[in-house]
Amino acid sequence: MSPRGGDRPMVPRAQFRSYYGRPIVRPAPWREDVAAYLFAGGLAAGSALLAAGGQLTGRPAMRRAGRAGAMAGTLASTYFLINDLGRPQRFYHMLRVFKPTSPMSVGTWVLSAFGAAAGAAAVAEAAPMLPRRGTLGLARRVLPPVGSAAGYAAAGLAPALATYTAVLLADTATPSWHVAYPELPFVFAGSALASGAGVGLIAGPETPAKRMAVLGGGLELLGMHQIETGKGVLSEPYHQGRAGRLLRTGRALTLAGMAGAALGGRSRVVSALSGLSLLTASALMRFGIFEAGMHSARDPKYTVLPQRDRLENP
Amino acid sequence: MASNSLFGPIDPATDAGYEAAPPRMGFFTDTSVCIGCKACEVACKEWNLVPDDGFNLLGQSYDNTGGLSANSWRHVAFIEQPARAHTTMPAAPQSNVAAARTDVRTGTEPGIGPAVDALAAAGTAGPEFLGMPMSDLPGRSGDGERTDFRWLMMSNVCKHCTHAGCLDVCPTGSLFRTEFGTVVVQEDICNGCGYCIPACPYGVIDRRQDDGRAWKCTLCYDRLGDGLTPACAKACPTESIQFGELDVLRERADARLATLQEQGETTARLYGEDQGDGVGGDGAFFLLLDEPEVYGLPPDPEVATKYLPDMWKRAGLAALGMVASAVVAFAGRRR
Ligand code: SF4
Ligand code: SF4
Repeated sequence: MSPRGGDRPMVPRAQFRSYYGRPIVRPAPWREDVAAYLFAGGLAAGSALLAAGGQLTGRPAMRRAGRAGAMAGTLASTYFLINDLGRPQRFYHMLRVFKPTSPMSVGTWVLSAFGAAAGAAAVAEAAPMLPRRGTLGLARRVLPPVGSAAGYAAAGLAPALATYTAVLLADTATPSWHVAYPELPFVFAGSALASGAGVGLIAGPETPAKRMAVLGGGLELLGMHQIETGKGVLSEPYHQGRAGRLLRTGRALTLAGMAGAALGGRSRVVSALSGLSLLTASALMRFGIFEAGMHSARDPKYTVLPQRDRLENP
Repeated sequence: MASNSLFGPIDPATDAGYEAAPPRMGFFTDTSVCIGCKACEVACKEWNLVPDDGFNLLGQSYDNTGGLSANSWRHVAFIEQPARAHTTMPAAPQSNVAAARTDVRTGTEPGIGPAVDALAAAGTAGPEFLGMPMSDLPGRSGDGERTDFRWLMMSNVCKHCTHAGCLDVCPTGSLFRTEFGTVVVQEDICNGCGYCIPACPYGVIDRRQDDGRAWKCTLCYDRLGDGLTPACAKACPTESIQFGELDVLRERADARLATLQEQGETTARLYGEDQGDGVGGDGAFFLLLDEPEVYGLPPDPEVATKYLPDMWKRAGLAALGMVASAVVAFAGRRR
């Protein structure tokens, strides 16, 4: 239904006109599955980078945690992606074309390739549990190098996986998403790094995870600051209502996680708490951004005012 | 991809790869002659077997449909406005006899000429009783001073954009460009991802609740293939909805606009006709009597994909930033 109370439009009057206060652009029909999908994809991407780093620098615990995070993130994001389709059993129709003009098409292919690599890397972790002899013994010897290659492949695809979702949201007529297209990829990249770092910090207080937490969290906060302050009336939805609350809590948790990572020293407890804080923050950010965009689509003000402005001050 | 594929004037069918495509077809909806009968809404539902949209009383003048949706592919908007008494109507003929003798064209050329009902004209000398609780037609008596109230009506529809956001972002290839330059959903392909819905700058396309797939006006693709007029245009009794070759419609609209402005309708304007606008012009465009937002239309729509190359660039930069951060994180000797 339109946002009407009684027979009076609930939008501020006088500044712009509308048709009975009804929305002009249509909000995406997505449930919060899509916000969860954004988080899970970012988590998978950040974790894959962490795993590859751990692999390269000889940190098996970090590698294992990263691969597990990447696998879990992939499975979750695939579930959320499919679950939100109007016709889930037709998921594979996504794979009948490749369309560079459709961020969702590009992303589906990236996710598929990433998922295969991250899956192989995660399975390879099981190698030490296999018997030494026979066919399985062969697998035991083959799996680790295959896992390494797959782990690097996943890490290579991770940046694309983390950032394409920003283009996915921005390439719409949803006012507060579209206007944020220059910064949104940086926010999502930062958020993905921070959640990957979160996985690393839960595994142990190691320097690379701490650095990743500070860099990722910083990138996310900077980008968000731009979006929240630099978009005129279209920044509003990022402050108001549920979106505002989610984003404010997210910011506080990111800061806490960054501080814990930077100052926690060798404490495993502080490290794990920082990690949890970063993971929660990343999820809250995605839900907040999702909600802000939906809100901007529901109120015709956010469609009319910026467009009027563009017409009158070209 | 050819130049202008994402933005600017272009022939969409040719751009989509059709060789020797037929002329681009479209709608010109002249809202100045719309009488709000909703024949278009009904005809569309009948022909396309579109389910009902609920039976609601919205309290929005005579509009109980609300807007375009998965289940309403034509929507008649009703706007009640206070005084705009800056124009006077040409004094209307006092009876049908007089009407039969005067030749005041009121619609779009070559629209329908003034009605001449010989039988009725012969039988009546004065104003006739229409069975309504008023004895005369509005504006028929007196010297044609306009009342301090006007009613705007407009039959809205999918714009069949030159650069269609819905089509650009569809990941399954379900939405496609027809040889007539229109935009159509293939219901056997759509998996209901819903991406087209926020991508439309006009809020037209919609996902059907119980069915899960996206639906919108097809510009009666099935009828076009057989050389027929789309159902809504066929049913429209005032030729407010005109169907035809887009080039011809554009000329007709320019002429109609000139006539209206001559008659003092200074607020009349064309909407979606300009090929330089943010969507490269609409395949279904309009003549409006007020600002677009009054009718629930965006004042300056833009296809988001116009900025897509830029968006991918920004994403690429952010991706590089991610790689750099990871490198920095792991750089240096182990402590
Ligand atoms: S008006 Fe919307 S649904 Fe129609 S072609 Fe344009 S973008 Fe697609
Ligand atoms: S909902 Fe259907 S038509 Fe719309 S973008 Fe998805 S697959 Fe294409």
